[in-house]
Amino acid sequence: MNAVTGPLESALAELLERFHAAEAVALGRAISLVENERPGFEDFLHEVLRVGPSAARIGFTGPPGAGKSSLLSVVATIWRTRNEQLGVVAVDPTSPYSGGALLGDRIRMSDLATDPGIFIRSMATRGSLGGLATTTKEVIDLMDAFGFDRVLVETVGVGQTQIEITAAADTVIVVLVPESGDAIQAMKAGLMEIADIFVVNKADRPGADRLVKDLRQGLHLRVGTVLESEPVYHGLDLDRIRRKESGEEFKGPGWSPPVLSTVAQSGEGVEHLMDMIEAHRSWLEESGELEERRRARGKVRIQDVVDRELRRTAWHSDALLAVLDQGLDRIQKGKDTPYSVAWDIVNRLLR
Amino acid sequence: MLNIDQKIRVLVAKPGLDGHDRGAKVIASALRDAGFEVIYTGLHQTPEMIVNAAVQEDVHVVAMSILSGAHMTLFPKVRELLDGAGANRILLTGGGIIPVEDIEALESQGVGRLFGPGTPTTEVIDYIQNWFVGQDTF
Amino acid sequence: MSTIEKEASGSSELLVLLREQEAELSELRERLSRWEQSYAQAQERDSLFSTVSGREIKPLYTPLDRSASQYQDALGFPGEYPFTRGPYSTMYRTRLWTKRQFAGFGTAKETNERYKYLLKQGQTGLSVAFDFPTLMGFDSDHPRSLGEVGVCGVAISSLHDMERLFEGIPLNEVSVSMTINGPAIILFCFYVAAAEKQGVSPRVLRGTVQNDILKEYQAQHAWIFPPEPAIRCIVDMFEWCSENTPNYNPISISGYHIREAGATASQELAFTLRNGFEYVERAIARGLDVDSFSPHLSFFFDVHNDFFEEIAKFRAARRIWARMMREKYQAKNPESWRLRTHAQTAGVTLTAQQPENNIVRVAYQAMAAALGGTQSLHTNSMDETLALPTEKSVRIALRTQQVLAFESGVTNTIDPLAGSYFLEALTDELERDALAIFEEIDCLGGVVPAIEEGWFQREISMSAMLQQREVEAGDRVVVGVNRFTEGSEEDEIETLRIDPVIEESQVAQMADLRAHRDPEAVERRLRELQESSRTGENLVPRILECARVYCTLYEIRRAMEDVFDSYKEPVFF
Ligand SMILES: Nc1nc2c(ncn2[C@@H]2O[C@H](COP(=O)(O)OP(=O)(O)OP(=O)(O)O)[C@@H](O)[C@H]2O)c(=O)[nH]1
Ligand SMILES: [Mg+2]
Repeated sequence: MNAVTGPLESALAELLERFHAAEAVALGRAISLVENERPGFEDFLHEVLRVGPSAARIGFTGPPGAGKSSLLSVVATIWRTRNEQLGVVAVDPTSPYSGGALLGDRIRMSDLATDPGIFIRSMATRGSLGGLATTTKEVIDLMDAFGFDRVLVETVGVGQTQIEITAAADTVIVVLVPESGDAIQAMKAGLMEIADIFVVNKADRPGADRLVKDLRQGLHLRVGTVLESEPVYHGLDLDRIRRKESGEEFKGPGWSPPVLSTVAQSGEGVEHLMDMIEAHRSWLEESGELEERRRARGKVRIQDVVDRELRRTAWHSDALLAVLDQGLDRIQKGKDTPYSVAWDIVNRLLR
Repeated sequence: MLNIDQKIRVLVAKPGLDGHDRGAKVIASALRDAGFEVIYTGLHQTPEMIVNAAVQEDVHVVAMSILSGAHMTLFPKVRELLDGAGANRILLTGGGIIPVEDIEALESQGVGRLFGPGTPTTEVIDYIQNWFVGQDTF
Repeated sequence: MSTIEKEASGSSELLVLLREQEAELSELRERLSRWEQSYAQAQERDSLFSTVSGREIKPLYTPLDRSASQYQDALGFPGEYPFTRGPYSTMYRTRLWTKRQFAGFGTAKETNERYKYLLKQGQTGLSVAFDFPTLMGFDSDHPRSLGEVGVCGVAISSLHDMERLFEGIPLNEVSVSMTINGPAIILFCFYVAAAEKQGVSPRVLRGTVQNDILKEYQAQHAWIFPPEPAIRCIVDMFEWCSENTPNYNPISISGYHIREAGATASQELAFTLRNGFEYVERAIARGLDVDSFSPHLSFFFDVHNDFFEEIAKFRAARRIWARMMREKYQAKNPESWRLRTHAQTAGVTLTAQQPENNIVRVAYQAMAAALGGTQSLHTNSMDETLALPTEKSVRIALRTQQVLAFESGVTNTIDPLAGSYFLEALTDELERDALAIFEEIDCLGGVVPAIEEGWFQREISMSAMLQQREVEAGDRVVVGVNRFTEGSEEDEIETLRIDPVIEESQVAQMADLRAHRDPEAVERRLRELQESSRTGENLVPRILECARVYCTLYEIRRAMEDVFDSYKEPVFF
């Protein structure tokens, strides 16, 4: 209710202590605290987030069954051999009928099931639509603060744009399969805008090469230059060319999303994918884009919290609820409209 | 702000080497349909894998399906590891082909109710829901 | 009709006959519709009139339900194409089905004693149940085997165990079936090597190894390697066995586990046969002559509760197999068209409540298997949902078969239900269902892609859920469970327990074995096996070499796994 003031309640203080001592159980519990928005969760986040972000946040999105979990598992396994500490959040949909969910992404990661250097958490969307749960971004923050080198996020498998992931991750990998259709469909789905890296997985199936080529062309079209013979990545910087041509202000080199193909099961193409992830990271850091993205995230977070708090203040206040009730009566009698009542409530809130 | 009802999180696990997952899948689906959040681990899990998942997922309940006859080894082992990991608040329950004497013995070792073949899924759902009431939890 | 009419026009006699038949049919139609009208007035019992597989059953079947196809085409004679009436011409008049009770528990030595007991009781074949570690390719002393050694079957980790399993049982006389899939090729080699030790040549070995990996991915889940290398091992066995073991079935293509996992009768039928055709295609692709291995392909079906649907399933299976083998796969040898099958009563139908009722269920199911024309049969023991069966309950299960075979009279004539309007209609329907499912699988790109997509798994889960719902809603009656439950409070019935000492003794045995074999030979043979795994040469001779020098199950598995990788489960609900 009251944002971030006094000391934490004793149970949370103890949790915080164990969290700082890097106990896995404490992280598990802290995530529940945040996920369920239990009393004090914002105070807890406030304490934890004092350190500021440092982990590389990498999102995997794409249609159902594209191989997001499989790929994530393969890259995670390789990072683990380099002894990087990893957090994983995998989001699956909540059934709109029952409110329940079956969270099955862990199965793909069973090779890592007893590795103490990786922490995997499944989340249900609980009615949120953007491909993540409402609190996924906060859970990522928690994992970052817990000290992981990387936090990997798998979105719900849906075909449409998952804008949410761009707000949650530094690097967004869009995973498609030969059956996903063509670049036009990807464009319509809004995937061209959100991808930092395109992966055509299941390249062992027919049609993969075609989709790769198609996507590359589609990306060229997007930036208004068709250079078919040139590979999109490796030094060629269409964004910069475009900006130069249009006389736009030049803010460091741009990034053109590479299009790669992989076979998750055999690991084919995965090394290349990892190189691209590193390349994107370097670009983020060098170009200042990372700072920009973090700033943008911070802004959204502040706005979210303000929205949430205002809503909570309004609808948890008996006095304001009474104004609402009376307003409804007056509307019925034709003395007010929803707008005049709303203004009345806002004015009282601001007072 | 909307008051989200507390979701019950259950880990449905298939420990051991037997691959008969019909029961585990039926129960997982039934729990989902009853509004639970169910984490399914897949087949052939070791006790260590199960406990690790239970801790990371911070579940309220671990439900294991065992048809291989290894219940006297697996249930106590998972209970012990859960307690050792500081997760003693987690309810350990399950089902399978388990003789009555064994059920009694396991219950005395801190294992919750165990259900035999043919138990209606509603019975399991009721059991978990009733247990959950009065649990102090986030 | 019109062409027949034209042909017949020469003969006025025939024309008269045809007219008479026509008149008779239209009268039949008329009377049926009148009957249906009056039936529609009736107040039906409050009950499902569908099979457990959800197939709607009509109140009455008449000649109008018969398919148009002629007797000769659709049914024919037993032992003749298309084998609808039975795979052999004389059926049970010359030889009853083999009574084959699946058994195994504890150590090889204890199971050996149980086998000797069963043979003395009149059982005519042995069927080996392995424990879970063995099924998954783990030795008894592997950490993952903890708690499961010898619990649900016998633990066999090397040739040494296999030798003890058959000590005093002449392998040239008894036919042995082994239920093993993931590591089937390894256990098969242990078996061949054990026979060698008895001085028995592979040429005289009789029996079957299950060796059906496709249904493992679809339903049973005891896999080790991914589909492609696993199928390669199976084709290696087809090839080796067609040259070396003329009386042995290197595969038992199994619907049992598909059904037990929740499939309907049509799904069981279709998935199983389609898997069979997949193996045929793979072997042909390897360059084997279709008639060299097909006569040795055998099948294994479930016999569930629904009496007529189950009988129809066996008959439809034989007809589809024969037609496809002849027409699509161009097999010339009638032996390749003939589908022979083992059957087992449905474990899933057994209830923990009022377990004695299971004896009755098993008896009806067994009768359906006999009327369906099975070649061998396992009848479940009443206490199998509670624990491993006791000697007494195993005996009752066997006696059930003997009462059926010797007292009931169903063995007196061949395919006694043929011509039943109902049964023939069901047989046709099941055949149609199966052909439709084949098409669906082909649309998905074949069996392996459909497995990778999780299609089979999803189809089976969906059927399982629907059946569960029917039972829970009380629409599907399960006696003693959701109706007639007086007396269902867990009866105290005696159960068999496995002594945990078994695990210790087995582990000790393994240590002993490892200490007393030739370590250099072991290593050399394993290396050679690995080499051959890479090159694609037939693996049977290589694994046999490993078996002979007492390489263990897990060692052999590991050597292959390094090359083949292991299978990861796609999970779908
Ligand atoms: N042939 C082929 N199959 C693959 C490949 N990668 C993954 N698969 C299979 O595709 C299926 C789905 O893979 P997942 O990793 O679960 O896909 P996902 O995108 O995480 O799926 P959801 O989380 O359900 O949306 C599994 O059966 C995988 O084995 C690949 O490169 N080639
Ligand atoms: Mg996934």
